[in-house]
Amino acid sequence: MLIIKNLHAVVEGKEILRGINLEVKPGEIHAIMGPNGSGKSTLANVLAGNKGYEVTEGEIWFEGKNLLDMEPDERAKEGVFLAFQYPVEIPGVSNATFLKTAINEKRKYLNLPELSPKEFLDMMKEKAKILGMDESLISRSVNVGFSGGEKKRNEIFQLLMLEPKLAILDETDSGLDIDALKIVANGVNVFHKDDNAVIVVTHYQRLLNYIVPDFVHVLYKGKIVKSGGKELALELEEKGYDWVTSNELETQSI
Amino acid sequence: MSQSVLYSKVKNWYLSNFEIFSKRLNGSKNFFNEIREKAVAKFTELDFPTRKNEEWKYTDITPILKYNFVPSALVSIPKLTLDEINKLLFKDFDFYLATIVNGVFVEELSNLENLPKGVIIGSLNKILKDRPELFDNYANDFLSIDNIFNALNNVYAYDGLVMIVEKNVIIDKPIQVLFINGNNESEVLSSPKNLIIAKENSQLSVIFNYRGFGDKKYFTNSTVNVSIDEGAILDYYKIQEENEDSYHIEKIDVIQSTKSVFNQFNINFGGELVRNDINTKLNGEYIETHFYGLYLVQGKQHVDNHTLIDHAKPNCLSNELYKGILDDNSHGVFNGKIFVRPGAQKTNAYQQNKAVLLSSGAKLDTKPQLEIFADDVKCTHGAAVGHLDESAEFYIRSRGVPEELAKSILIRAFANDVVEMMKIGELKEQINHKIFEHLHRIEFKNN
Ligand SMILES: Nc1ncnc2c1ncn2[C@@H]1O[C@H](COP(=O)(O)OP(=O)(O)OP(=O)(O)O)[C@@H](O)[C@H]1O
Ligand SMILES: [Mg+2]
Repeated sequence: MLIIKNLHAVVEGKEILRGINLEVKPGEIHAIMGPNGSGKSTLANVLAGNKGYEVTEGEIWFEGKNLLDMEPDERAKEGVFLAFQYPVEIPGVSNATFLKTAINEKRKYLNLPELSPKEFLDMMKEKAKILGMDESLISRSVNVGFSGGEKKRNEIFQLLMLEPKLAILDETDSGLDIDALKIVANGVNVFHKDDNAVIVVTHYQRLLNYIVPDFVHVLYKGKIVKSGGKELALELEEKGYDWVTSNELETQSI
Repeated sequence: MSQSVLYSKVKNWYLSNFEIFSKRLNGSKNFFNEIREKAVAKFTELDFPTRKNEEWKYTDITPILKYNFVPSALVSIPKLTLDEINKLLFKDFDFYLATIVNGVFVEELSNLENLPKGVIIGSLNKILKDRPELFDNYANDFLSIDNIFNALNNVYAYDGLVMIVEKNVIIDKPIQVLFINGNNESEVLSSPKNLIIAKENSQLSVIFNYRGFGDKKYFTNSTVNVSIDEGAILDYYKIQEENEDSYHIEKIDVIQSTKSVFNQFNINFGGELVRNDINTKLNGEYIETHFYGLYLVQGKQHVDNHTLIDHAKPNCLSNELYKGILDDNSHGVFNGKIFVRPGAQKTNAYQQNKAVLLSSGAKLDTKPQLEIFADDVKCTHGAAVGHLDESAEFYIRSRGVPEELAKSILIRAFANDVVEMMKIGELKEQINHKIFEHLHRIEFKNN
């Protein structure tokens, strides 16, 4: 589904991603962990097509298509979804209008008819229920005045509404209390099927108790320095990043 | 040709046409003659403003003076059908319709049947002839001339719209006034002169809808005098969508009495060079005034909005919000004056002026002007000029929305603070749609 080869990316003149290789297959869940500033959000933004990040080398293939040739909206319509670490507030645009526009643009792209207002409303109600979301949030301006937790929940609500093929969740767990974490993780599990994939960016093993990854990768200074199964997350929790990063130093010095 | 030579040449052009014009009028005597005489004297005395004039500092009117516009009274009026004008109307709600073509009221294109009792709406020229006494108490209000365009309007004034609403009458539907300007034969000067009198405790809602006709350059030079008497409520929507290469200058002069409410919307899409002067005098206590402005300009359009809210008496509230969207090499001007006269205590006056620049060539000149001569007042003003929020644009696009649509969603959201204040739901939607249309024409042009 997703193949990343030797990806290098630069932000404001500084190289942040320094040769990432990653393959994600349908049905898989990958967790990406790593210290602050290691480039996790940069990778997520590059995948979503944020023009603030310049790709200087490497390739990204999504379902056999060159993702780097696509505009952000094309990527979304092809099935890439990013749950933002910091969701953006958009005053004056209601959540409902926003989602309706997005869904219908995608349907247009896929040569499907627009959703009727009723179909749309029913779908919203169903998905909001999964996330225990107050329906009043749906008519409010996108993320405006939402609490930190409500914003994160709203990202997963959008995920459920848009039904992408690949979901990239950038620290969706930060700012959630333990109950909200369970609800949001359940939302992700409802989404996850054999034909789609999830990349979870997180600092905490806690989330991975609920969203169980097939693979865990450690990103350090713009490179994946270690990959393993879900037990790697536990090990990291116990030993900290020094444990893998010192390995990295050794490999570098060879 | 130097500016001063050009300016005096143009003055002579309009004055010599006036002689032909007054002969055509055949000496019919009414209230208008008095206005015209004063206007000709003023027009002769005043000069066209240069940019040295503080009131015209950011607006160069020279382009307008390069054309010899023929006063519309001297040429024929285009014949339009109901079908043709239908396309120009705001629709899907009930309204009375008055149509003014190049400043002249056209009965066949109007629909003023079944107006409530106590409401007179129609041709200013005709009503002045038939019932001059109706204007007795208002004559002075309607004679104020303070700039040369204002004078020029009155020099050629011979028709326009009049609305008189008697005491306690509430008009059940909005009145849409369609102004169609331009002519396929020649470059015309259209000079509608309009009067609105809302008597004590009356209520009405008017939509002044300005559209262009034909492909010749034209100049709309309009005036509107408004009297809102005690306890009366007037909702006033000006929506200007003239031809993109036309000139549009209008002065709206309002006098409000005690406990009256005035909600004014000034929405501009069209015109190459546009100047709006909107002045209201709060000449009583417990008055409320709301000014909402919105302009969306592109290409080389120039829109200059000058507003004046004159707090003459205590205990009044005024609130002003202007929003601009400027693309390409367009230029906006906002000058908002608030006067609080001595003794106008307990005045509340608020002003906000915001704009987004969609390109590096677009520009806004802005000047708030607060002159406060009372001490117990609350008065705030703010201005903000910026660009579209890029992170919001990326966020929207990341959900599958194409760039142009993402931008237009953000722009409509920006405009929404003004649009949402409109009280006619269908009008709101159609204004939103126009914003969308104008934004996408930009895209069309670029491709
Ligand atoms: N827009 C930007 N402008 C300048 N520097 C940036 C920008 N975005 C990211 N960076 C820099 O790139 C590096 C990687 O940032 P990134 O946000 O990808 O880290 P992260 O791994 O997501 O960290 P965290 O765990 O704190 O979220 C940091 O040094 C950061 O300062
Ligand atoms: Mg991050």
